Amino acid sequence: MYAVLSKKRIAPDTYDIWLSHPDIYRYAKPGQFLIIRIDEFGERIPLTIASAEKDRVRVIVKAVGKSTYKLCAMNEGESVSDIVGPLGNPSEIEKLGTVCVVGGGVGIAPLFPVARALKAAGNEVIGILGAANKDHLIMVDEFRPFLDRLYLSTDDGSAGIKGTVTNPLKEVIADYSPVTIWAIGPMVMMKFVSLLASQNDIPCWVSLNPIMVDGTGMCGACRAEVGGEMKFACVHGPEFDGRLVNWDELIKRQYQYREEERVALEKYVRELGEKDG
Amino acid sequence: MAEKFKVRMRELDPSERVNSFEEVALGYTKEEAIAEAKRCLQCKHKPCVSGCPVGIDIPGFIKALREDDIEKSTRILKDANNLPAICGRVCPQEKQCELACVVGKIPGSEPVAIGRLERFVADQNISLETAVKPSVNKRVAVIGAGPAGLTAAADLAKEGFSVTVFEAFHTAGGVLVYGIPEFRLPKEIVAKEVEFVKSLGVEFRFNQIIGRTIPFEEIKNEYDAVFIGIGAGAPRFMGIPGSNHNNIFSSSEYLTRTNLMKAYLFPLYDTPVKIKDRVAVIGAGNVTMDAARTVKRLGAKEVHVVYRRSEEEMPARIEEYHHAVEEGIIFHWLTLPVEYIGDINNNVTGMKCVKMTLGEPDDSGRRRPIQIEGSEFVMEVDMVIEAIGQTPNAILKAGFPAVRLNKWGSIDADEASGRVDEGIYAGGDIVTGSATVIEAMGAGKRSARAIKSYLLRKG
Repeated sequence: MYAVLSKKRIAPDTYDIWLSHPDIYRYAKPGQFLIIRIDEFGERIPLTIASAEKDRVRVIVKAVGKSTYKLCAMNEGESVSDIVGPLGNPSEIEKLGTVCVVGGGVGIAPLFPVARALKAAGNEVIGILGAANKDHLIMVDEFRPFLDRLYLSTDDGSAGIKGTVTNPLKEVIADYSPVTIWAIGPMVMMKFVSLLASQNDIPCWVSLNPIMVDGTGMCGACRAEVGGEMKFACVHGPEFDGRLVNWDELIKRQYQYREEERVALEKYVRELGEKDG
Repeated sequence: MAEKFKVRMRELDPSERVNSFEEVALGYTKEEAIAEAKRCLQCKHKPCVSGCPVGIDIPGFIKALREDDIEKSTRILKDANNLPAICGRVCPQEKQCELACVVGKIPGSEPVAIGRLERFVADQNISLETAVKPSVNKRVAVIGAGPAGLTAAADLAKEGFSVTVFEAFHTAGGVLVYGIPEFRLPKEIVAKEVEFVKSLGVEFRFNQIIGRTIPFEEIKNEYDAVFIGIGAGAPRFMGIPGSNHNNIFSSSEYLTRTNLMKAYLFPLYDTPVKIKDRVAVIGAGNVTMDAARTVKRLGAKEVHVVYRRSEEEMPARIEEYHHAVEEGIIFHWLTLPVEYIGDINNNVTGMKCVKMTLGEPDDSGRRRPIQIEGSEFVMEVDMVIEAIGQTPNAILKAGFPAVRLNKWGSIDADEASGRVDEGIYAGGDIVTGSATVIEAMGAGKRSARAIKSYLLRKG
């Protein structure tokens, strides 16, 4: 059992959660993820490790389906049954020069350890953080010490530049010629950042978070076409050069369980209602 | 003269079972078991034992059963086999012990139903305690809690070694819990046999993927010997165009969702699994039958097994095939899918297939399937499960740098002992590629023996 040590709401439906874990901190590197199973009935939820310290590990979770709602509803002192991690390959962090990190929505969280490590490796790091509106822009102050420049964007213009992250990214590419881009966020965002990177011939790492089951390379649920080959995000990734990803196919795969997810969430909400009533 | 035929085992009626995950084969009553045990000739040269990968004293346990001493019978079984209730259900006895049975050589006679008797005896005394030798101050790490690992762990614990099993999932059993469906092997039986292994003093550490969550080097340094039994791991895909369309799954994914994550009880359990109307399952092995029968139970209207060779070359156990036929699974022999067709949302809508004919025998000794030109046709399906085997897991190469691999990417281990390197042993599917539960157990057993003599020699 792994206890919830603390939980803080940092944006609508988005929580910053520290969980106890005896040894993830010993091995976790930026870019890696873990899998949580809340209880006997739970599914396996892959989440990127936001940070790891002695005996504890941090995840940022947005409640979108039943399992993430359940996780976000847990309180300090409650426990989850299983945590497996770290999983996946670490980001390839090295001194490259000027790099740009682009985070969108809850994808800002997994970008954080990458940005911090890139800065520690001696890079000039330009950050672009985007969200639907200013309430959803998370972790901005945490990023500041590790960024040489910071751009914010929101879809509604309530903070930073109005529109998507590709607007400031175009500027950054024109003004600072970053040698590599990291982009983590919704698949559609990663698709358009990758397209821009491709047009400008810049390598662009994206972190794929497709539907997963075991997370150990056993089932192939998380497969994606990358560079014309079948890759498993869990063991060959999760980071890939976004310029090589077949995004349209992957985005369609992401919707496969939409109906089942709706059924599960509705049942959960109904049960909650009955419990409260 | 003994009865010519095995005492029949009662089964759930096909019409009843297609909507249920209840176990299909119901097992013998005591009277039936003793009647069947009486068919055994108690041959002095025991040919059946040589057919058993773990070397159970088969005439011995049958004799004790016949004499109604079920405890003694259980002890004889458990002396050689730590998981007899599992083996009695999933072993291909017709190709092993029962193939060698003298009764079966009598024209018109069936061999003794050794598997059914093993199951009966094991079920009676599933939690029977077994004595463990005085403890030896040596620690062994077993990686993987599947059939090979559980067997190695139990045998070493019986010898007094201190054994820790590292398992990637949250529960023990490996393929017994994620792969083989409930209706063929109830998970309660697996849990009870795992309890038996625990009762020998074996410690389990779950959620540990050695080579990822703990470096292999660390395990190697901390333990006096290591046994690697991590299974074949990664699913094989045909790799034909359209393979990433929606509603195309590996059998590993489909079965893991259903069995391990209990998606057949969705939404009580959170993990969902897809259920469509016209499903194709590719392959013809035991896993193909498991996947086909599972999806039928979940509510698919039509389930089509598609295999590129003929019925004769089918690798599945004949009993499983018969069960599948009884349950209304439709078989298409000599048929090879060559491309998936999808709609605008990438949902699979059909498979372009070609018809095959059989040519000269290939490396496997089976006649090679050859495409018939101009035989292309489209089979309309809205879901596909590929059940064509596994390859070694990608973590193996990166996570076990000290371990030598062969040209198939499997661990290069000595056949007799499973020895890979000093203090490192391996067995089961990670060495042989996909094989049977009992073969993996046999490998675990041989390695346990080799590890014991290595550790005692090392002192």
